[in-house]
Amino acid sequence: MKKKKVTRFSSPLYFFNFLCLVCLFGAPAAGAQIQAPSVYAITHAKIFTLAGSPIADGTLVIRDGKIAAVGAAVEVPAGAQIIDAKGLEVYPGLFDAVTQMGLSEIGAVGATVDATEAGSYNPDVVAASAISPSSEHLAVTRASGITEVLAVPASGGFDFGGSRGTLGGQASAIHLAGWNVEEMLIKKSAALVLNWPQIQTQTFDFSTFSRKEKPYSEAKQEYDKQVNELTDWIDRARHYAQAMDKGSVSKYDRDLKLEALASVVRGQLPVLVFANRARDIRSAIEFCDKQKLKMILAGGAEAYKVKDLLRSKDIPVILRPVLSSPSDEDDPYDRELTEPAELAAAGVKFAIASFDNSFARRLGQNAANAVAHGLSYDEALRAVTIHPAQIFGLGSQIGTLEQGKIANILVTNGDPLELTTEVKYLFIKGQLTSTENRHHQLYKKYAERPKAPN
Amino acid sequence: MRILFPVHAGRARIAFVLLLLLSAFCLAPSGDAATPPDAPAVILIQNATVMTVAHGTIEHGSILIKDGKIAEVGQTIKAPAGAQVIEASGQFVIPGIIDCHSHIAAEAINEGSVSVSSMVNMEEVLDPEDINIYRDLAGGVTSANILHGSANSIGGQTLVIKLRWGQPAAKLAFEGALPGIKFALGENPKRSNFSVPGQPRRYPATRMGVEETIRAAFSEARDYKKTWDDYRKRVAAGEKNLIAPRRDLKLEPLVEVLEGKRYVHSHCYREDEILMLLRLAKEFGFKVRTLQHVLEGYKVADELAAAGVGASTFSDWWAYKVEAYDAIPYNAALMTRRGVIVSINSDDAEEATHLNQEAAKSMKYGGLSHDEALKLVTLNPAMQLGIDKRVGSIEVGKDADLAIYNHDPLSAYAVVQKTLIDGRVYFDREKDIANRAEIEKEKKTLTDKLKKSEKKPEQKPEEKKPEQGPKPPAASPRPTAQAGARLGGAL
Repeated sequence: MKKKKVTRFSSPLYFFNFLCLVCLFGAPAAGAQIQAPSVYAITHAKIFTLAGSPIADGTLVIRDGKIAAVGAAVEVPAGAQIIDAKGLEVYPGLFDAVTQMGLSEIGAVGATVDATEAGSYNPDVVAASAISPSSEHLAVTRASGITEVLAVPASGGFDFGGSRGTLGGQASAIHLAGWNVEEMLIKKSAALVLNWPQIQTQTFDFSTFSRKEKPYSEAKQEYDKQVNELTDWIDRARHYAQAMDKGSVSKYDRDLKLEALASVVRGQLPVLVFANRARDIRSAIEFCDKQKLKMILAGGAEAYKVKDLLRSKDIPVILRPVLSSPSDEDDPYDRELTEPAELAAAGVKFAIASFDNSFARRLGQNAANAVAHGLSYDEALRAVTIHPAQIFGLGSQIGTLEQGKIANILVTNGDPLELTTEVKYLFIKGQLTSTENRHHQLYKKYAERPKAPN
Repeated sequence: MRILFPVHAGRARIAFVLLLLLSAFCLAPSGDAATPPDAPAVILIQNATVMTVAHGTIEHGSILIKDGKIAEVGQTIKAPAGAQVIEASGQFVIPGIIDCHSHIAAEAINEGSVSVSSMVNMEEVLDPEDINIYRDLAGGVTSANILHGSANSIGGQTLVIKLRWGQPAAKLAFEGALPGIKFALGENPKRSNFSVPGQPRRYPATRMGVEETIRAAFSEARDYKKTWDDYRKRVAAGEKNLIAPRRDLKLEPLVEVLEGKRYVHSHCYREDEILMLLRLAKEFGFKVRTLQHVLEGYKVADELAAAGVGASTFSDWWAYKVEAYDAIPYNAALMTRRGVIVSINSDDAEEATHLNQEAAKSMKYGGLSHDEALKLVTLNPAMQLGIDKRVGSIEVGKDADLAIYNHDPLSAYAVVQKTLIDGRVYFDREKDIANRAEIEKEKKTLTDKLKKSEKKPEQKPEEKKPEQGPKPPAASPRPTAQAGARLGGAL
């Protein structure tokens, strides 16, 4: 078979120049995708498929956005754009399982933030409705090898909005490139956000600008009230779902919120429960168990205290960054750092996520820090690729390099979790995707500033 | 910069109250806070990769420490009789990390009521029992610049400390280090991002006003200095029965700035406000020692280099507010290339625990060398704080402030094994781990005692009045993500 070798993409430098050209002539701000052939072959690479042992000198073929073949003895198809990756390494793109990507641009500027809706119960709002495909965060984040994320409403980050409500809305799984949100979508509704109520004995009073203390009994009453409200919502949703099933909903006013909750009570849509303290996690598990909801825990600062319960109930965890302060003063200083290793040893399935936008590019750093504190490297890599994919029911589509999966792929000069590793090529949905972004553009601009006169 | 974000300010205070509650339990945090470690007169660290920062890296190197100072560095040092030997084969020794922007060990951060709060002093609110001292030590930090917050155009007085965990507040100060004062420009002092309900806007509300606030303060300070100078001159000339001018505690530190006895550390973001401050400093004849955050420093790097001002920045923070939207991770490298002395700081107790990693990012973003990157958190901040004769590199005669890692410290896989200050091992990972069971046991004993005391037979728990007995701890005082913690310290 005759191979067509195209040298334009054969070295990162050429690729970089090409990107510069693209910039010069106005790279599309939105997806910044380069229209290119639909068949690629990455050759002579060390390939970490995460679905078997690494391939020392392998070829990966991408066709029509999917992985067509991967292995040591794979033929390069005719007409394929060849990327000679000798000395480079190939990995599945990283998956950041909790972000506010596309929902928040500048945390302090409310007008740029669509992350948290007003009110406590918004099961009907969907992240995908508000994701800005031209958010600069997308370009900056994918430059660090993150190819897909969960955009999660009411999930914190640099969100100045105060209370995040109880039912925060539906999270959407998206690719970090696309001309519009439809192109970006992996799964429009991947989970419903449930911010588990907390017993808050201390609040901040804005009118006096001081802390206010509340008796425990009063705080507990408020907590109970919130849990009762939540229970009521779920009960009503169950009745509503029954009415829907019987086809009699037309007899009632359509209720968008209950309609959204119906898929939750049917167990079709998991609830992404944000809780950190062991007490809250236990209460949430008990609640979801009783209501027969499919639970995914998010945050999980003290998940290690309930690891056996999590494993026995088969509840996966999206861990907040291990680069966080321990919850209590008397916790071991490395409490957060050792948690992934502890959960892995207990057999709890988990992902590691950034819970942020600006710090999404620290995803690999967080996973590496977990390795430094006892987690196996393999598990760390899985915690930012296939595990989040599986947790949100996307394991057959992304997360490993296997034939038939969506081609979200990294070509790097080394370990993708290490601080100094560079992403040489990036594929999203099988498209060679630019790693150019505002930060790099400003860098080039000011690196070339003529010396200022003294 | 806590006051600007009331929600988080609240959380910080809540955390503080919880801290008080916990300290009532008399828990000894890991690391044995009660007594500082003994200092053996002579220590030899041997067989390590010694990254001196000043004079390259020594493979299979040794460091001899005598009376808290580095006595010898090399490959063929024999342990003197009676020396304590730290076997460090396969390990990496670097100078202790210096954090040029920290808010640890402080009971308060911001006097936010006025726009010139130079009368307040961080030294007066040092909290030697803040657990973050220990946690940062465990991240290899040995010295930190403890700053006032950024709520005011001219903030409070600052000081450099050594992280001598277990010592009283009076022993934390870095002896001989020049004190500083915090300035702040931009969104924080003009309070763009929040308002206090029921209160009118505080002056200044624009960058114009910030400049005038600083100018007005220094005009006053100059007059005040003149009044004192005149008085002293007349006293020296032998005039009798003179009445001394009234002391002004707000202006005194500004006079010290004018006299070069106090460093200015100014929080700033945008290129225009950076140049504004440099012009203003020139107008009054004082030097700005460091620009803090200085996220747009890369745009005016030549001007910074010409002014001889240090830049202390973040590794990769951006987009949390408008003035951080042009922040780029190449900032440190770009400024370094133009001749600015640059450091990477934390502004956050947690961030400080991995400043080595944050420095490493400048190799990827902008191509700094290994040594240049390491300097960002060692020698450069030492120079910025004027303590480089004592710390910042591994050289004979300097303080034995060292961090020992199990891997190259510019890697995400490196973990601190030991941290030494003045030749004392203040953090030892092995000992920390070994002590944990003991601490758990002590905690259990104390909580059991507490539970017992709560069970008063005549009262049902649910009828208990709030003011009786200790309350159960509140639910997590922190936001779920790290962002909240960052907001607490940063911005």
